Amino acid sequence: MKYEAVIGLEVHAQMLTESKIFCGCSTKFGSEPNTQTCPVCIGMPGVLPVLNKKALESAIKTGLAMNCRISPYSRFARKNYFYPDLPKGYQISQYELPICEHGYIEIVVDGAIKKSGITRIHMEEDAGKNIHESAPPKVDGGGNYSFVDLNRAGVPLMEIVSEPDIRSPREAVQYMKKLRTILRYLSVCDGNMEQGSLRCDANVSVRPVGQNELGVKVEIKNINSFRFVEKALDYEIRRQIKVLEDGGKIIQETRLWDSTRVITESMRGKEEAHDYRYFPEPDLVPITVEQQWIDEIKSSLPELPDIKRQRFISEYGLPEYDADILISEKSNAEFFEEAVKKGANPKNTSNWIMTGVFNYLKEHGKEDINETFLKPIHLVSLSRLVETEEVSGTMAKAILYETLDTKKIPEEIIKEKGFVQISDAVEIEKIVDDVIVKSSKEVERYRAGEEKLMGFFVGQVMKLTKGKANPQMVNELLKKKLSIP
Amino acid sequence: MDLYSLTISEVRDLLDKKEISAIDLVNSIYQRIDVVEEKVRAFITITKDKAVKMANDAQKKINLAETQNTLPLLGIPIAIKDNICTKGVRTTCASKILYNFVPPYESTVTSRLIEQGYILVGKTNMDEFGMGSSTENSAFHVTKNPWWLDRIPGGSSGGSAAAVAAGECIAALGSDTGGSIRQPAALCGVVGLKPTYGRISRYGLVAFASSLDQIGSITKDVRDAAIVMNIISGHDACDSTSAPIPVPDFTAVLGKDINGMRIGIPKQYFIEGMDEEVEMSVKEAIKKFELLGAIPVDVSLPHTGYAVATYYVLATSEASSNLARYDGVKYGFRAKGKDLMDMYMNTRAQGFGAEVKRRIMLGTYALSSGYYEAYYKKAQHVRTLIKKDFEDAFQKADVIVTPTSPTAAFKIGEKTADPLQMYLSDIFTISVNLAGVPGISIPCGFTSNNLPIGLQLIGRHFDEETILKAAYAYEQVTGWHRRKPGL
Repeated sequence: MKYEAVIGLEVHAQMLTESKIFCGCSTKFGSEPNTQTCPVCIGMPGVLPVLNKKALESAIKTGLAMNCRISPYSRFARKNYFYPDLPKGYQISQYELPICEHGYIEIVVDGAIKKSGITRIHMEEDAGKNIHESAPPKVDGGGNYSFVDLNRAGVPLMEIVSEPDIRSPREAVQYMKKLRTILRYLSVCDGNMEQGSLRCDANVSVRPVGQNELGVKVEIKNINSFRFVEKALDYEIRRQIKVLEDGGKIIQETRLWDSTRVITESMRGKEEAHDYRYFPEPDLVPITVEQQWIDEIKSSLPELPDIKRQRFISEYGLPEYDADILISEKSNAEFFEEAVKKGANPKNTSNWIMTGVFNYLKEHGKEDINETFLKPIHLVSLSRLVETEEVSGTMAKAILYETLDTKKIPEEIIKEKGFVQISDAVEIEKIVDDVIVKSSKEVERYRAGEEKLMGFFVGQVMKLTKGKANPQMVNELLKKKLSIP
Repeated sequence: MDLYSLTISEVRDLLDKKEISAIDLVNSIYQRIDVVEEKVRAFITITKDKAVKMANDAQKKINLAETQNTLPLLGIPIAIKDNICTKGVRTTCASKILYNFVPPYESTVTSRLIEQGYILVGKTNMDEFGMGSSTENSAFHVTKNPWWLDRIPGGSSGGSAAAVAAGECIAALGSDTGGSIRQPAALCGVVGLKPTYGRISRYGLVAFASSLDQIGSITKDVRDAAIVMNIISGHDACDSTSAPIPVPDFTAVLGKDINGMRIGIPKQYFIEGMDEEVEMSVKEAIKKFELLGAIPVDVSLPHTGYAVATYYVLATSEASSNLARYDGVKYGFRAKGKDLMDMYMNTRAQGFGAEVKRRIMLGTYALSSGYYEAYYKKAQHVRTLIKKDFEDAFQKADVIVTPTSPTAAFKIGEKTADPLQMYLSDIFTISVNLAGVPGISIPCGFTSNNLPIGLQLIGRHFDEETILKAAYAYEQVTGWHRRKPGL
């Protein structure tokens, strides 16, 4: 029997607000434990939350960008459970009436665009962090202790819940990546999965192909990279299919992804599931959002990736593949566009970014094109140099690399390294003649029909000119000279 | 002259004329405390050293004032219920679980009092976390009714009411979730005002039931209630449930004519089995209003019978969540345990009293999956109906008059074995919290064995002015409030 997977993702995105969701404390990452706290976020008796309007605005922005309906009336709820990193004994979240509902994003699956549904987006506060360490002996006799750092408690989160529209681990990754791209375009979340500002839980079930009814679903927690999204889902789907094929039944449960052992493991069953005893948060008034404000936010949204992609294809004649890659990071897209607007050739610029720049970033463990010395204007120069045939494509790549590495502008590098293309026909002819004389055996073989040896001759010329000879001229001259016996 | 027995407006006059100093006043209060506190036990914490310092500061300001001082509460000794956070002064909620909790921040109401230059007398006893009607549920001690020391002062703000009645402060703040200001005020023969929900910031009030809790005053007369209201009312950026509605001068309406005011009498509040002396006093009070030109009208609050049940579902649901933070991790009492769960359970088992645990369990149950619809949700629906009852009644009446409590003060220990009997002590006050409207209790007579009886006046949302006006008019022609317990 053939099975298909049904996947839904719950993504937690940490919002990029200056202050926490219900108090004025800073959200900065990595400070000394408990230095970014106040009576409100450590849950002192008698304190009250007050909603950070920026967090609400970020959630609305996200909802609009993901084609959601923005609720004119929504409210917070309390999710009750005990844990030391949860100072109030409840998390303020949204339950019955979330701020955004009924949206979708577009992802590319097997070359076709697919709408992947968003059930809801709601706001909530993050919990703190427990740190398990040994205490020095003078502290209460020593031993193993747990410390609580509440710097993160109250940092605003969005939970983005998808419809069970996803059918494969690869598609799940596409969905996650698209989500991340949109969040970064909106500057509402930095999308950093390793640092935990983007976290993912997945609901997975399998069913025989053709069956409408859904299988029993399993929740997988602790998936914190794109690679693990694919691996964890892949493992879980195989596991479920195997259970069914062996005549077993899937148990509704929560499983934890173990990335070192590359397996999912049962964490708790349905019977042990928490009863969160949600009820409306009485300390916060319901949120009412005026249509006028929604319209204002809508008109202030940046150009979103799907539209940018279309525009790059139609306006700059980029292949879909290039457009997809360039738009996936806003900074790359903007860099590209600035260079092109200043006169750079679109396809060359796209190639340079996708190969030269990306390789450089990877080699140097950097993430953003703006972390390098390269400026769009440098690509404009490079583009001009190639078009006027002052440098060859190969040289351009070398110059680009130098610029990235040495902080020197292309013109400087050309001067220093003598990276000027030899387009003087007399000079090239001399070198071509030289190569032909020195390679009499190869010339004979070529003339006998071994045409692929052309590459060898070009290589020889380039070697002697240190790659500076105009390749087109070299090609033409070689062809001419080799064909005449 | 016994300065401790005076009202805010009386001592204000003496202070501003410099006939007495704030230090004289504070000395008088603490001398009184020395004499009666042993019997009444109204306080959990007495802040004498701090008060003397505050009195000195206040007197300096009074001396500096070239013309008339403009701060109504400058130099006034006020007691604060021990569930209102006072920075640097222990705030226990009368619970073992917070026996050592010293807030690092000041509540909004006490911040406003500090701006005035008030004097903190001490923190008053209460039922643990406000859960009770007799102040017997304090983890510290039982407060006695100053009129009869073998009787309860009411609750949960029993310490504040007893302190005002006994002259251990000039005025006090309390909090009222289901009658916790009005009922002890009635039982101690003083004036207790629970303002409209949202009128006063709850920031710094340790939550019992967030959608019902409201801070208010306990004072010796109606004018003092208006004076305190003027200071503590108004929107607060730290409490989004506090209403951005302008605050009038509540003293401006005092002394105004109540001729033609429609006094609503809800038939559901005059029931079989009610204490005869209470009923008689209330009916006489209604006659007094008539003599003042008010017009009695019959009104109906048909869902009154469901109020107690509705209240005990909603209040306990919210409480079960509000009290989850007392887990031994961050502050307050912590018991030892072999692991985390064990520590949680021991801390809460030993830290909370029986009534608090009873309500946490009740609320947890009501919110549980499978019961939520039948209890919490249903209770919310009924709450809406109760609110609507009042809206309808206020079409016909300008104020509603009821007894504050079905009986006068009962004996200590009389109802502790029967929580349901105890809950019924709030039967006339609970609906007011559910509806969110303001209510005031004023003295309206005494039983044959000299126990005070309280009259409750209920007003429209954010219309404290009308009930203050009516209460003041009544007070002027009766004078019950001037009687003092013979301690």
